[in-house]
Amino acid sequence: MAGGVAALLFLVTLLLFPQVADGGVLAYRIEWIPQLGLNLTLRLDGLAWLFSVLITLIGLLVVLYARYYMSPQDPVARFYALLLAFMGAMLGLVLSGNIIQLAVFWELTSLVSFLLIGYWYHRGAARDGARMALIVTGMGGLALFVAMLLIGHIVGSYELDDVLASGKTLVESPLYPVTLILFLVAAFTKSAQFPFQFWLPNAMTAPTPVSAYLHSATMVKAGVFLLTRFWPVMSDSELWFAIVTYTGLATLIFGAAAALFQRDLKGLLAYSTISHLGLITTLLGMGTPLAAVAAIFHIANHATFKASLFMAVGIIDHETGTRDVRKLSGLWRLMPFTSTFAIIASGAMAGVPLLNGFLSKEMFFTETAEFHPDIFVNYSLPIGATIAGMLSVAYSIKFVHGVFFGPPPTELDRVPHEPPALMRRPMELLVVVCLAVGIIPGITIGPFLAAAVTSVLGAETPYYSLSVWHGFNWPLLMSFIAMLGGAVIYIPYYRRFRDVDGLPVLTRFRGQRIFERLLLNATNKWSPSFLKLFSTQRLQPQVFIVVLLALAAGVAAGWARMGNLPLPASFDPVLGLVWLLGGISAIAAAQQAKFHRLAAMILMGGAGLATCITFAWLSAPDLALTQLLAEIATTVLILLGLRWLPKRLPVPEDLTVKMRLRRLRDVGLAVLVGLGAALASYAVMTRTAPPGISEFFLKNAYTEGGGTNVVNVMLVDFRGFDTMGEITVLGIVALTVFALLRRFRPAVDSADRPEQQRLLDGNAEGQRVADDFLRIPSLIMTWLFPVVIAIAIYMLLRGHDLPGGGFIAGIIMSLGFILQYMAHGTRWVEERLRVLPVLWIGWGLLLAMLTGLGAMALGAPFLTSAFAYAEIPLIGKIPMATALLFDLGVFALVVGATVLMLIALAHQSIRRPKPAGPANPRERGGLAKWN
Amino acid sequence: MELILAAAIGILAASGVYLILRPRTFQVIIGLSLISYAVNLFILAMGRLRMDAAPILDGANANPGDYVDPVPQALVLTAIVIGFAMTALFLVVLLAARGLTGNDHVDGKLD
Repeated sequence: MAGGVAALLFLVTLLLFPQVADGGVLAYRIEWIPQLGLNLTLRLDGLAWLFSVLITLIGLLVVLYARYYMSPQDPVARFYALLLAFMGAMLGLVLSGNIIQLAVFWELTSLVSFLLIGYWYHRGAARDGARMALIVTGMGGLALFVAMLLIGHIVGSYELDDVLASGKTLVESPLYPVTLILFLVAAFTKSAQFPFQFWLPNAMTAPTPVSAYLHSATMVKAGVFLLTRFWPVMSDSELWFAIVTYTGLATLIFGAAAALFQRDLKGLLAYSTISHLGLITTLLGMGTPLAAVAAIFHIANHATFKASLFMAVGIIDHETGTRDVRKLSGLWRLMPFTSTFAIIASGAMAGVPLLNGFLSKEMFFTETAEFHPDIFVNYSLPIGATIAGMLSVAYSIKFVHGVFFGPPPTELDRVPHEPPALMRRPMELLVVVCLAVGIIPGITIGPFLAAAVTSVLGAETPYYSLSVWHGFNWPLLMSFIAMLGGAVIYIPYYRRFRDVDGLPVLTRFRGQRIFERLLLNATNKWSPSFLKLFSTQRLQPQVFIVVLLALAAGVAAGWARMGNLPLPASFDPVLGLVWLLGGISAIAAAQQAKFHRLAAMILMGGAGLATCITFAWLSAPDLALTQLLAEIATTVLILLGLRWLPKRLPVPEDLTVKMRLRRLRDVGLAVLVGLGAALASYAVMTRTAPPGISEFFLKNAYTEGGGTNVVNVMLVDFRGFDTMGEITVLGIVALTVFALLRRFRPAVDSADRPEQQRLLDGNAEGQRVADDFLRIPSLIMTWLFPVVIAIAIYMLLRGHDLPGGGFIAGIIMSLGFILQYMAHGTRWVEERLRVLPVLWIGWGLLLAMLTGLGAMALGAPFLTSAFAYAEIPLIGKIPMATALLFDLGVFALVVGATVLMLIALAHQSIRRPKPAGPANPRERGGLAKWN
Repeated sequence: MELILAAAIGILAASGVYLILRPRTFQVIIGLSLISYAVNLFILAMGRLRMDAAPILDGANANPGDYVDPVPQALVLTAIVIGFAMTALFLVVLLAARGLTGNDHVDGKLD
């Protein structure tokens, strides 16, 4: 399946070649946000084609190879899914015709690479390697995104065609250095260039097919692809030359040297990949057209021989169970075919004549040997190149000699033999390609390379020769020195450094360690200290700052508009008296709340009552009723909760100066807020009201809403959707309260029975008095129950025309239950309670919703403004009908929610107190009865 | 009348703010209630104050000048119910926190 997709893509790509062969460009564009220049553009030219072929061909081979490599225990579906996802992302990257789109696909490849490296996520090393690769390449992705935005800003378009046609605009822009640095950070992180090379060896914890595909053939090439893609418009500067060339050269030498000192075969290949990527980068840095040709050529060559080498290592690992070069030797006799092909591929890696690696390496040597006016450059490049050549010959010999020659291996658990033929085929095919390109380059790769080169260089395309033999010249001499030098280096190495793991000098300064230290500091040390500096876990300072900000915002907004405040026109002595008491209550409540909770609560009730009277006084009867009832219900709930709070006796306080100051500061803020609120409300109240939307409601309440109580009509009709949301909140709160209290465990010091109850134990006289307590009132309360229900129904029915309605009726109904609790206690009520509050909540909500939906089904005009308007046609015919149904839903929900909270809280008092400890399974059924 | 109501709003808000800055959960719950009184009155005041003009229509007489603004009232009605729910929820969170931490400090631990 995966193979089929890859093969299909490969064929499609192949078929498209004639259209790009002579420098043509295929493009397909889907506009997304053209105003911002964001489009989905697919663009296929020679370079993209070459990459597409590499991606699809090697993808196809890797899929076939992985079929034999993966063990049956691995989740293979995930592997192929990710591999195909990567193939898609990588194709998207090379085919992007829009540079933002390119950055997006770039990120995608990093992400998929992360998932693939961490494929065996039960291994710690795989997780670490994956995370490191993601952080490094992700950082590069961010840099790339900014660089692309900058390029788009400079050029004025995000389309790749426009960018490539912009000529020298980019290089001459003042933003060029910044853009270039960000751009190079992206390319270097992706292509593992020094100093970002450390993630690649760690990424070798991935399954070998992944290493072969992502981390040698394709993904790491994305960086050099980027350099090549933008080479025409960005490379023409000293800065480019200096940074890119020498970063490449440093990586080239470092990678080659490190590869020589690896024991792990995959590690050796990883460092070799780094080194070859360095070579390509060096070529791209030089800025001459011929160097660019060599770079593109080497990209293709490296992909073929390195992928085949990784596959060979995978086979060796598969067959022998180890990749340690010290344990392996003499495999040639045991696995002749695999060995032969691997040896040929290593030859290509070392740059042996008649193989493809030789050709591009010769071109590289040619370029470095070119005369350069700067004397440092003139010498450093060829010498560096030759040293790197020597080293790469040495590690190639190490690979070949160490693994395939010598005595038969002795430290292996099993006797290795040739793998299934189909597992070898992909590798063999790639090696054949190496050979074919190496011997007859003009026929095999000539036209494809020409297309790719033309697409990058355009008219500047230089003459270049792909023949194997150029006569005796400098590059040949350099190759010769490299070959000989490599052998010379290997001999002492073989004797002395065979068991060394890692570069002798550089092991101490491993990038990986620095990276990990940095990461540890950033996450473990710096962030807590930042948090300590800028944040607090304590609530009080946070609330203080919030209030302060609110005050500042209020002052900033209101100060200028305050204007002249008129003197009060009238004074209402009754209201004055009410608020004299109300104000004193509020202040006293604030003062008492710490030590006298009951007193504070009563005082708060006083303030609430004053509010309630004010509502009634100022023509708001509905509000007065609701406030009064909600007040009662709140008080009862808090009273039920008070029992579980810790005892706090009013001891004379020993206040420290700090505490006094803090209180003083809080009083100051509170007074300021109070003054602000008073001023603001006074300022508003003394002005005439601007015409608002109120008139509409007053005019239409009766004619269209069918009720005379405008507030109620608004709630159930005009603003029905609001009410719907509100009752939903109420229901959720009730369920949350219930859920929280199901697992309630009182604190140790209030777990015992209250003192008053304990005093009664063994005191017959006291018990008798307690039993008779409130006997007559409790009888009256019992009898009141049906009366309360009748009042509730009355309130519900008259709500549309007179003060009343669903909320008010609901709370009145639940007050009936509260009365029963007060009269007889929790046990008595719970034995007789036949109300299932959760059902009431559910039915209430459903009824309210159905009313609205019903109106919609009857063809109400605006679906968008939903219920408010929707109910109008029906109401017109049968006054009050649907509004009453809606209100009934509200009523049911309010009853259900209030009773549920009440039951949940009250039930705590008869649970067997059981402070912190293992849950008692028998207790669990206690509250579930009302569920 | 306006002056009294403005003073009332100020006093309620000041007492409430002082209380929500206190370290004990019970103080905060009382403070929140006081603040919600203040806010409800403030919203009502936005519709201007009038006596004997409840927005209950007298039959078909729908002359807007005869009634007080009903919009703030509808908003406050919602606010009262939500305030009730909030207080109940906060009370239970308070109790649960008290059970879990063994004290009634807002941070769950004593200074």
